[in-house]
Amino acid sequence: MTVAIRATDLVKSYIPGVRALDGVSLDVTCGEVLVVMGPSGSGKSTLIRTFNGLEPLDGGELDVLGMRLDAAHEEHQVRAIRKRVGMVFQQFNLFPHLSILDNITLAPIKVQKRAKAAAEQRAIELLDQMGIREQARKFPAQLSGGQQQRVAIARALALDPEVMLFDEPTSALDPERVKEVLDAMRQLARGGMTMVVVTHELGFAREVADRVMFMDQGQVVEISDPETFFSNAKEERSRKFLNQMQH
Amino acid sequence: MRKRRVLVQLALAALLVGFAALLVNNLTVNLIRTGLGLGFGWLGRPAGFALAETALPYAPSDSYLWALTIGWLNSLKVIVAGLALATLLGVGAGAARSSGNRLLRSLAGGYVALIRQVPLLLQLLFWYFVAFLGFPETPVGGLIKLSNQGIAVLGLNLSVEFCAVLVGLTVFTGASIAEIVRGGINAVPRGQWEAFRSLGLGEGLGLRRIVLPQALPAILPALTSQYLNLAKNSTLAIAVGYADLYAVSDTTITQTGRAIEGFLLLLASFLLLNLLISGGMAAVNGAVLGRLRRSR
Repeated sequence: MTVAIRATDLVKSYIPGVRALDGVSLDVTCGEVLVVMGPSGSGKSTLIRTFNGLEPLDGGELDVLGMRLDAAHEEHQVRAIRKRVGMVFQQFNLFPHLSILDNITLAPIKVQKRAKAAAEQRAIELLDQMGIREQARKFPAQLSGGQQQRVAIARALALDPEVMLFDEPTSALDPERVKEVLDAMRQLARGGMTMVVVTHELGFAREVADRVMFMDQGQVVEISDPETFFSNAKEERSRKFLNQMQH
Repeated sequence: MRKRRVLVQLALAALLVGFAALLVNNLTVNLIRTGLGLGFGWLGRPAGFALAETALPYAPSDSYLWALTIGWLNSLKVIVAGLALATLLGVGAGAARSSGNRLLRSLAGGYVALIRQVPLLLQLLFWYFVAFLGFPETPVGGLIKLSNQGIAVLGLNLSVEFCAVLVGLTVFTGASIAEIVRGGINAVPRGQWEAFRSLGLGEGLGLRRIVLPQALPAILPALTSQYLNLAKNSTLAIAVGYADLYAVSDTTITQTGRAIEGFLLLLASFLLLNLLISGGMAAVNGAVLGRLRRSR
């Protein structure tokens, strides 16, 4: 079991004295799906955003696919990590002035120097896999939220990442669009992708997660397998949160 | 209610007509007083003065019309070069102001702060008297030769006056453009930066391909005003003795006494020039918005 991401004692504070991350340590194993849950403001989004350097650390150390990241990291170190770690955002963040195809092929062509034809062929394959092949020539605003988020997933996958990070990927979607995105993620998990998913989708966590991590106030409260977490959580705070979620 | 609106409109129209009549009256009275009448026949007479800088062949024996044309070309030359360079400088400085590099950010911030506080006329005089006339003879790398006689770039000989006006207009307008570009960049959602960064794209590429294209609709209208300002400000060239349209018109008016015709020509020339600039910018704006609409 190789470790994809090892976090050691991560510290992040936006306001002096208030720690968004307060000594977070964890391992993410290759091929596992880790679901991160917790109330808003618990630091789960901040945590996942440190994994690809979008959120610079104030303390602690990260090892991502064998590459080190800490408070003193350099720009080129972060970029090396980003080429191998994909990310999907709550607000999709597609590039509105580029077609769906260009959204997906920009990074493979510019970052990995792939040939345009090859990059486009791969993009079509990924769109096909996401069930939206016919949208390739459209622009983001012409698509529904669910379709846009699936494009965002395809865009991240186009760099053939070894790890995928999902930051509340369904929170901005209409309820009837949630399933199509979760299905795409399920399919990805089945294919053996290493995934870290911040989400409030209890069903997805129960069914797809290998482990569930619960965070509160910048700290890891517990990490359990989903069976234990949902029926018999170890910590009082986790149980309280689950109770609130189910009502 | 409706009646009152009509009355207000009529009163406004009467006011405008009255004002125009006053102007025409003044013009006529002045024309009678000078005893010259309104005419443009003098344009064909020899100018009799030399011009330091001519884009096309010119001699004092050529007509006033030709002298004014040379002046117009000189204006055009410095305006077109100024527009191009001010845009480059402004976009560069504007991007630098929103960059992650602290040194770059403060340099650009200092530049904008300093340049916006000092009158353009003073800046032009500074570039002319302090910077360019102060140059010792220094060949720089063989391609560029600096001296107080002018600057030679790749076989192109530029006069000290031209350089002072060009640099002055560029640096001055560049600072305003930088602020406009910075505002446009800041209007692009943070998520767009995070998205291109998360894909491993570098800051420069992300700025060019992702952020700036989305900032354009916010930048273009204000940029047009800056372009028009640069064109109009180019008339300050007379302060350092650059033979632009205004300088040549000034000499012409002094020699012929044809102030009214001279100013009418001057107004028409600048109107034409600025209509060209705003027309061009409107076309660019239309193209950008059209592309944006297609993507909606």
